[in-house]
Amino acid sequence: MFGLGKKDTTVFVVVIILALCAPFILNPFPTGSSLAQFNAGYPDLMQRFVIFGIFAIGFNLLFGLTGYLSFGHAAFLGMGSYAAVWMFKLLSMNVIPAIVLSMIVAGLFAVMIGYVSLRRSGIYFSILTLAFAQMSYNLAYSVLTPITNGETGLQITLDDPRILGASATADGGIPVTNLFGLEMRHFTTVDVAGWSFNFSVGYYLCAVIMILAFYVAIRIFRSPFGMMLRAIKSNQQRLYYTGLNARPYTLAVFVISGMYAGLAGGLMASMDPLAGPERMQWTASGEVVLMTILGGAGTLIGPVLGAGFIKYFENIFSKINDGVLHGWFAFLPDGLENFVIAILHPFVGKGWHLTLGLMFMLVVIFLPGGLVEGGQRISKALKRNKPEDSGAARKANHEPAE
Amino acid sequence: MGILEVKDVNKRFGGLKALSEVNLSVAENTVHAIIGPNGAGKSTLLNCLVGKLIPDTGSVMFDGQSVLGRKPFEINQMGISRVFQTPEIFGDLTVMENMMIPLFARRDGAYRLHAFRSVESEAELRSRAEAMLEDVKMLDKRHMHSASMSRGDKRRLEMAMCLVQEPRLLLLDEPTAGMARADTNNTIDLLKEIKEKRDITMAIIEHDMHVVFSLADRITVLAQGTPLVEDSPENIKGHPKVREAYLGEAA
Repeated sequence: MFGLGKKDTTVFVVVIILALCAPFILNPFPTGSSLAQFNAGYPDLMQRFVIFGIFAIGFNLLFGLTGYLSFGHAAFLGMGSYAAVWMFKLLSMNVIPAIVLSMIVAGLFAVMIGYVSLRRSGIYFSILTLAFAQMSYNLAYSVLTPITNGETGLQITLDDPRILGASATADGGIPVTNLFGLEMRHFTTVDVAGWSFNFSVGYYLCAVIMILAFYVAIRIFRSPFGMMLRAIKSNQQRLYYTGLNARPYTLAVFVISGMYAGLAGGLMASMDPLAGPERMQWTASGEVVLMTILGGAGTLIGPVLGAGFIKYFENIFSKINDGVLHGWFAFLPDGLENFVIAILHPFVGKGWHLTLGLMFMLVVIFLPGGLVEGGQRISKALKRNKPEDSGAARKANHEPAE
Repeated sequence: MGILEVKDVNKRFGGLKALSEVNLSVAENTVHAIIGPNGAGKSTLLNCLVGKLIPDTGSVMFDGQSVLGRKPFEINQMGISRVFQTPEIFGDLTVMENMMIPLFARRDGAYRLHAFRSVESEAELRSRAEAMLEDVKMLDKRHMHSASMSRGDKRRLEMAMCLVQEPRLLLLDEPTAGMARADTNNTIDLLKEIKEKRDITMAIIEHDMHVVFSLADRITVLAQGTPLVEDSPENIKGHPKVREAYLGEAA
C-alpha cells in the first residue's frame, strides 16, 4: 500500500492510528480520578508531541542514516518560527503560507550551514553546527533585534500590515491563526461517562502534517538515496572508490532535515504565533538528539516515540510536586511518608530532568537501539516463550508420570 | 599502447623518494602483477593510479586520458575499480545492498537523488546483482548482514562489487594478504575464473609469489621505487636481478 513494503505499511498504519486517536489514547484516565494528572490529551501538549515528532523524524534522516550528528538543528526550528511569524505579520493569518515560508527559509539556511559544516565529519561537524546554531541564537538575541525583537521574542500586534488579512478583528482584537477560516485554537471537548476528550483543529492539522512527514521519511529510507546515505555512514572510502561522491548526498539530506526542522518551527508558530531566540539555543538542539537516541536512531518510528516520551516527561512528571506525593503516600505512617517523599522529591517536579537523565543513561547502556530495540526484545522474548511454554507444559505433564 | 600508461612518475615524501622514474604499461586483457619487497613503492604507485596521491612529476594515462588531479570517484567513473588490501565493504548493509550501490553508481553517475523510488523496484539492477552473486557463489548469502561474514566472503563480495561495474581495469591491492592458504587458493581460483570468463584487465600488487605466478601474464618488479625488470613470469623466475632483490631475500 502507498508504494510501501508490507512491514513499512504496518508501521505507517500504526502511526496514523496513534496520531488520529491521540485524544483518546492520551486521556486514558477519567477526569475526576486521582490519575487524571497523567492524562496528556490537552490540545497544546498533543500539538507539541507531534511537532517535536516531526522535528525528530527530520533529525533522524540526517543522524540515523548518515551518522552525521548535528548539534545545531534547533537553529532551523527557530528560523522556521521567525519566518512563520513574519508571514503572519505581513501577509495573513493563514497558516499555509507561513508553513511554506518557514520550510523555505530553513532550507536556504541549511544549504549555507551544510555547505560549510559538511566539509568535516565526526566531532568537527558537530562542533561546526553547534557554532552556527549558537551564532544564530546570539544574533537573534541581540544584533538582529529589528527582525527578531530580541529577548522579548517576535509577536503579532494590532498594527501589523497583514496585506491579505486584517490588522485587527472587528472587535479590535488580534486575529488568530487559521486554515482558511478554521481557527487553530478552536477545539471541542466531548464528555463520555467521566472521560473528556479534546479534539483540536490545531492538533489535527499538526497530526496530518506529521503523517505526511513520516510517509516521506519512509520513502526516503527505502529509496536508493536512503541506501546511499547508509552507505556513507558505513564506509565513505568504499563509496568514493565505487564512483560516488558523498558530498551532494550529505548536503541534500542536511537540507531535507533542516526543512523538517523549519516545518516544525513553522507549525509551532502557527499554533501559538510567537517566536523567541531560546528556541535556537543549544539545549533545544540537544533535546532532539536525546529524543532520537532515546527512541532509536536510524529506525522509522523511534524518533516519534522518543519525542513523545520526552515531551510527556517534561510536561507530566514536572507537575508532580510534594503536595501530590503527599496525597499518594498518605496511607503510610507519618515518618515513613516523609522519608519516601524526601527520596522521591529530587526526581519529580522541577527535578524531572534527573529522572529523564537516568532513563536516558539506562536506555543508552542497556538498549543501544533505543525504545524500539526494547520493543523488539520484548516481542522476541514473547515469541520465544510460546514454544517454550508448551515445552514446559509437556515437561510438567511428564514429570509426575515418571 | 597499453590501456594504462605510467610515464616517468616521481613521488617524494619529504626526504624519502618513494617512486623514481617509474614507467609502466598495462596492456588490455592481461593480468599485470607488480611485485617488490616491502617499501618498494607498490602501494604508493597504486595510490597514484586511483587519485589518492598525486605524483610530483610524470603522467598517468588511462585509455588516453590523464587521471592526475581527478578525485577517486571520478577515476572510478572512468572505468577503474579497486580492491583494497583489507576488504572495504559497506558493513552495515546487506550483501544485496552492497551489490546495488556499485550498480547505481554505474547507471546514474556520481550523484543522483532518487529519493522517492524504492530500491526494491529496480528489477533490472537487482537481477544483474543476483547474476553476479551467483558467479561468485554468494547468492545464498544475499540477505546476510555483510559485516558478519568471514574475511574470505568479504573479499569475494568486494570483488563482486568491483566486477559488477564491468570495470575496464581492476586494481587489486594484495588481494590475499593475511588470508589462510585455503582462502588464498579460493581467491586465486576466483580470479582465474574471472580472467577466463571476462575480457578484463587486472593490475595486481602482491607479495605472495604463488599468487603472482599462477595468475600474471606480465610481471613488473619494483625495488626502491624504481622498476627493476618487466617480463613474463617464466623469465622473471630466473632473472638474476630479481633473485637478488626479491626472491633471494624471500628464500
